[in-house]
Amino acid sequence: MRAQVSEPPPAATARTSGSPIAFANRLSDLRWRPAELAFWAAAAAVFFVLPGQLVLASQIAITGLFALSLDLILGYAGVVSLGHAAMFGGGAYTAGLLANHGWDEPISGLIAAAAAGALIAFGTSFLALRGGDLTRLMVTLGLGLMMYELANQAAPVTGGVDGLSDMTVGKLFGVFTFDLGGRTAYAYSLVVTFGVFCLCRRVVRSPFGLSLRGIRDQPVRMSAIGTPVRRRLTAVYTLAGAIAGMAGALLAQTTQFVGLEVLGFSRSADLLIMLVLGGTGFLYGGLAGAAVFMVAQHLLSGMNPVYWQFWLGLLLVLAVFFAPGGITGAIVARWQKGGRR
Amino acid sequence: MPGSLPGVLFDGVAYGSLLFLMSVGLSVTMGMMNFINLAHGAFAMAGGYVCALGMERLGIPFLATLPLSFLCGAALGAVLERTLYRPLYRRGPLDQVLFSLGLTLMAVAATTWFFGPGQRPVRLPSFLLGQLHLPGLDLGVYRLFLIAVVAAITVALVALLRGTRFGARIRASVDDARTSAGLGIDVHRVFALTFILGSGLAALGGALSIDVLGLDPTFPLKYLVYFLLVVVVGGAGTIAGPLAASMVLGVFDVAGKYYVPEAGAFVIYGLMVALLLLFPGGLRRLAR
Repeated sequence: MRAQVSEPPPAATARTSGSPIAFANRLSDLRWRPAELAFWAAAAAVFFVLPGQLVLASQIAITGLFALSLDLILGYAGVVSLGHAAMFGGGAYTAGLLANHGWDEPISGLIAAAAAGALIAFGTSFLALRGGDLTRLMVTLGLGLMMYELANQAAPVTGGVDGLSDMTVGKLFGVFTFDLGGRTAYAYSLVVTFGVFCLCRRVVRSPFGLSLRGIRDQPVRMSAIGTPVRRRLTAVYTLAGAIAGMAGALLAQTTQFVGLEVLGFSRSADLLIMLVLGGTGFLYGGLAGAAVFMVAQHLLSGMNPVYWQFWLGLLLVLAVFFAPGGITGAIVARWQKGGRR
Repeated sequence: MPGSLPGVLFDGVAYGSLLFLMSVGLSVTMGMMNFINLAHGAFAMAGGYVCALGMERLGIPFLATLPLSFLCGAALGAVLERTLYRPLYRRGPLDQVLFSLGLTLMAVAATTWFFGPGQRPVRLPSFLLGQLHLPGLDLGVYRLFLIAVVAAITVALVALLRGTRFGARIRASVDDARTSAGLGIDVHRVFALTFILGSGLAALGGALSIDVLGLDPTFPLKYLVYFLLVVVVGGAGTIAGPLAASMVLGVFDVAGKYYVPEAGAFVIYGLMVALLLLFPGGLRRLAR
């Protein structure tokens, strides 16, 4: 699969991109824009500027990574999913169970969780990629709920509703302990998120990524020009599953707890909401959406959780009506408009 | 508690009738406009609250609250269809999902805010309580009543769809909205009326279901999966499809709870994935 990511047949993709000049521009344009550098610099600065908020900040980084994974399949390949928590939860339980059974080295746990997420995604891709949008929504919803029930029923292994609480994660690189203030947690989550982001950034600008966009916009035409549509979708779905599994592992390791809610429907639904509020198909949309969503939730749910749900619902309705591209969508649209003038 | 097979079948059919009543409107509107409306359960919940509060605060008898629930649901459907749903017909499924999910969240939160988070009990009139004793089988009177009501409504719906000009317009619009519009059928009007009728039926179903399914503000989310399941498995735009799907789901869900309670909700989700795999043909029209 990875071979396909890095070396797709160039002849097949060259034809997909419209004019050859645009193709060359979009492929070669891997330079970091100032705004992107500023974004990551700000994320790193949080570590020094807001030392009291690092627990929340690491949650945001983890959720952002999770949203990035959904953006890969939804924003680029056009695959809708209401059950993305299945892979997240799979990764979280993998990391949690490893730590629970004495394997407490975090990095290898992270890799194992990525493998678990990829495995779940690959196994379910044959179901989840069938049919049109409605079928996909329903099947992914059903698969997500089944994973939840599975974890709920397998209480001897997963702890059921009580969750996995007696897990201890070892020191990162044998040096940094996971402290209560979240310093290690934030640094660890942010570095992993940034690393995966760079990988995704490379992937979506590769010929493989362009072919995904082609599949999103014109699946029939793409298969007519010889793109293996189904294989590309399975590949990106598996990659997204691995990333979601990593996000789950990060949550398990940084909070040292895995509860059933890692697989819950609301995790999948909230994720979709964040991503769409942030904007799909930009990579930054998921990160921005996660930050806005979680800060708002942190501030508002202090009053009353019911209020929060109401405002969230209202925000969704308004976003659908007035800002179909989400936050980053609006920014990019404005920026492009300004650039053309 | 009926442990026997006929008893389980009976309860399953009663449960299935409720599911059918609540999701038939969704099935027709989804088939016609390809509009994915996750907020359909909110209409059912509205009906339930009209019934419960009407009895509790205004002292309206149970049977009289049922038509009232229907009317309130229909009115709510009419207002929302006009103001919010209509502009989104041409949008993609993702926008529709997000919009209706937002609407559902708002409905849940608003209901909790106004009426509290607890369960709403309903006191049934005495002639609907108790059991009917047949040899070897006890049948709940209320469940018999449910089945009878839903059977009557189903017959009326079939008559409407098969026998009237309006029904012919609905069938034509479901089959091919564009051609129907070309032939002079006002598809938007047909759709609006169907949406209103479907919302009313959902509200009626919500009112009837309080005693069986319970009623609390999370109702639209709790039963969302079931409604969608009925629609997706049953196929869109017909009466027979959702009816069959509701009965299968109802029977399997009840049987699963009686015979393999340790499997929990696994039965119903497993059934859903299995049905989706076995009958992708039923989905094709929706998936378009």
